[in-house]
Amino acid sequence: MRLPGDSPPPHAEEPKGGRRVEARAASSPLLEARAVTRRFGGGGWFGTKRPALVAVDNVSLPLGPGETLGIVGESGSGKSTLARMLVGLLQPSAGDLALDGEALDLGRGADRRRLQRRAQMVFQDPASAMNPRKTVGASVEAPMIGLKGWDAPRRKARVAELFARVGLAPEHAARHPHEFSGGQLQRIGIARALSADPRIVVLDEPVSALDVSVQAQVLALLRELRAGGGLSLVFVSHDLAVVEALCDRVVVMRRGRVVEEGACRAVLSAPREDYTRELIQAARRFAA
Amino acid sequence: MSVLVRLARQPFALAGLALVAVFAALALAAPLLPLPDPDATEPANRLAALGAAGHLLGTDQLGRDVLARLIFGLRVSLAVGVAATLAAALVGGTVGLVAAFYGRWVDGLLMRLVDVLMAFPYLLLALAVVAALGPGLTNAALAIAIVNVPFFARAVRGQALGIVRQDYVAAARLAGFSDLRILLSEVLPNVAPLLIVTAATTIGWMILETAGLSFLGLGAQPPQADLGSMLGDGHKVVVAAPHVAAAPGVVVFVLVVGLNLLGDGLRDALDPRMKGVESGAPQPATRVERGMTGAGSGPNDSAAVLDVRALTTAFATPRGSFPAIRDVSFTLQAGEALGIVGESGSGKSVTALSLARLAPTPPGTIVSGEVRIGGADVLGLGLDRLRRLRGDRIAYVFQDPLTTLNPLMRIEAQIVEAIRPAPGEGAKAVRTRASALMADVGLPDPERIARAYPHELSGGQRQRVGVAMALANAPDVLVADEPTTALDATTQGRILELFARIRRERGAALIFVSHDVGVVACLCDRIVVMYAGEIVEEGPARVVAARPLHPYAARLIACAPRLGQPDKSLAPIPGAPPAIDARPDGCAFAPRCDHAVAACRAGPIGLEEAMEGRRVRCIRWRELSGEAA
Ligand SMILES: Nc1ncnc2c1ncn2[C@@H]1O[C@H](COP(=O)(O)OP(=O)(O)O)[C@@H](O)[C@H]1O
Ligand code: SF4
Ligand SMILES: [Mg+2]
Repeated sequence: MRLPGDSPPPHAEEPKGGRRVEARAASSPLLEARAVTRRFGGGGWFGTKRPALVAVDNVSLPLGPGETLGIVGESGSGKSTLARMLVGLLQPSAGDLALDGEALDLGRGADRRRLQRRAQMVFQDPASAMNPRKTVGASVEAPMIGLKGWDAPRRKARVAELFARVGLAPEHAARHPHEFSGGQLQRIGIARALSADPRIVVLDEPVSALDVSVQAQVLALLRELRAGGGLSLVFVSHDLAVVEALCDRVVVMRRGRVVEEGACRAVLSAPREDYTRELIQAARRFAA
Repeated sequence: MSVLVRLARQPFALAGLALVAVFAALALAAPLLPLPDPDATEPANRLAALGAAGHLLGTDQLGRDVLARLIFGLRVSLAVGVAATLAAALVGGTVGLVAAFYGRWVDGLLMRLVDVLMAFPYLLLALAVVAALGPGLTNAALAIAIVNVPFFARAVRGQALGIVRQDYVAAARLAGFSDLRILLSEVLPNVAPLLIVTAATTIGWMILETAGLSFLGLGAQPPQADLGSMLGDGHKVVVAAPHVAAAPGVVVFVLVVGLNLLGDGLRDALDPRMKGVESGAPQPATRVERGMTGAGSGPNDSAAVLDVRALTTAFATPRGSFPAIRDVSFTLQAGEALGIVGESGSGKSVTALSLARLAPTPPGTIVSGEVRIGGADVLGLGLDRLRRLRGDRIAYVFQDPLTTLNPLMRIEAQIVEAIRPAPGEGAKAVRTRASALMADVGLPDPERIARAYPHELSGGQRQRVGVAMALANAPDVLVADEPTTALDATTQGRILELFARIRRERGAALIFVSHDVGVVACLCDRIVVMYAGEIVEEGPARVVAARPLHPYAARLIACAPRLGQPDKSLAPIPGAPPAIDARPDGCAFAPRCDHAVAACRAGPIGLEEAMEGRRVRCIRWRELSGEAA
């Protein structure tokens, strides 16, 4: 019997381009990554020339209004790097982002803020995503201060509204992160991402650190947000079942590249690429 | 608040605090005290002895009152020490914060400067600074502050590096906060405790160092007194009038000791690792205190490799001791695989760890029950035999082997260390066994991996190493606690494949802990479902996964998404499991159960035998399964 190692067996042929299904939203993209590449390392101070790691390699990705896009792939395939570029936390080494068809220069603070008024993020590890020394209410208020400049009464009212929306009592806002479970913190993280009324929320593995039961609570909230309409979600996950339960469209990444792309159910029920097939088989084998 | 409480629990720190408080009060109140002018000379009354009229501590060579000089000198020394510490903390803290926050060339440049400062011998550098600026108390303090900047910079940078990588800093960026605001509101509050501790543990030394400079005549200039210059003056007449030097000497000594005791106490009080309710060194085996209930009763299942009876492990909390698992019983036959599932906090890990008395003491204690592995009574074993049992009979694989592997040792050495050589087996044979193990767990390119360090491996490879080490002595029982939870789905599949193969080929019994019922149903023969520290359902894996009897098990299975069923409802279970100290009477699941009735809350509910070798802890399972059918 062949023993699979931990790196997937090399393909006879590297899939090129993948497929593009015309399931894409008809209207112009809200946010678009245009041939973005991100390299890490390389160069270095005193001529320590190590080869750069190409975490994301020439990825183009349009995101339509109201659409829920899944990004799947193994760990190390570049999902998180791409997600962080989409909200301007990382700058592309090459390529750029366009918001409403207009190119952004992420080196400029003004353009970053323009992007962040539109696109916010939810992080994987709920514990590290909240400042332990601030109340969770203060964390949720931050985008309203930094991006909207709202006054305190307006912020307080919004926090109460958001807490209700993610299923927490408004008085919880005065507590500190250590008083919450992982699932509650993740819902507060979602409240924070929504607080300054973005059009896009990028979620980087938001349920991977959670138990199935808690994961279900967060997924229910995300399904609700999606049904509310108007919000575009980018949902990064290595768990195909979760992506299938939530997303309209899916992008399969491998070693920094997009291998396959299309309507979520179509890709996951009838994959075209060997690699996607392999991912699906791996997920199926141990699912009762 | 809690910091003060923890400080108050340390007698040495309290003593330090008392000393420092007395000195600080004296220094502050100096001008109000009925003391003679410290600088007034009285040549007729030079070197008066201790207890001389009007001069409790005598006079110095100019006839000045030693007590007055001492108290005013203390005032000066304290002020200078505090000022130098604040300056060093401010500058060093800023350098450390900025270096960590901006990284790259800013960090490179700043830290290189700090390295240059640190390369000079400490006092020599201070002397050089004073030589350049000219003698004087202010310059001496400045010199001491400068030479201490690197300590603050390094300490703060080290801590801040970890903080700037936290996602909450990224979130603050996304909130549109400026760099300065992020530094002040997100990073600084989290390094502040460290800054305070560093300052508290350094201030004593800084006072001592300033005194040193004054002693050499480079600090306080006559006639002003500080403790150092008084020592210097006294030194000149030490034979004729030893008390003139002894008085400031004793005060410096006591002050520095007091400050250091307080600083150390503060460090311990602020250190989160000291937050535990019960202090004391971790024990090598879980404490067993089986009191009244004694060992489990009833006939032993002699065929079983593992027989667990009525196991209850309690944890000490600030509100008392509460069972984290209670009345856990199950058996494991040779070659059988048992899955333990449940939400986090349900007691899966405590159960798994208690089997080999690995649950942490403090705060854990096994308060009742019995564990037999191959007939041996684990809870009654001495430490030596217990150590041999671990590894030989029962071995563990944990969620992230990075926490159990030694980061400084090559992989091969660690596997070799895990192998207990047979009598007469040489080093060469052991190494051969190690490489066979590595090949056996499917490590690609075993030669390269043998020489690698843990951090150089991928998560999946590390987990294979963890499995290899667990298999080193061919244990009868392999316990895997969420071994794939930290891995991505693909790698997870490959590691599960490995466990399945180990079962087939080695016939070792397996306990597999997971929160994923699907995985357990595929891998294991039987499932145990835990809730709030109790087994609520047990039975053949596939049967339980397909037709659970307990309402909790049913909800747990229903809320997991399944590939190929995108429209599955995924109804979340409302609420959260109870904390160990807030367990409801009666059925622990009742507050969240759709089927709860008054009887469910009336009293403890036993684990009942149900059909097909199943057990269930629910009074309504019969009618509920009838409804379903
Ligand atoms: N070191 C500890 N100190 C105090 N309580 C603990 C400790 N470890 C575990 N517990 C408590 O024991 C219960 C069971 O925990 P655990 O076995 O880790 O659950 P699981 O493995 O199912 O996630 C939980 O309520 C947890 O809070
Ligand atoms: S005993 Fe009652 S509350 Fe508990 S699970 Fe059964 S029906 Fe629900
Ligand atoms: Mg656990």
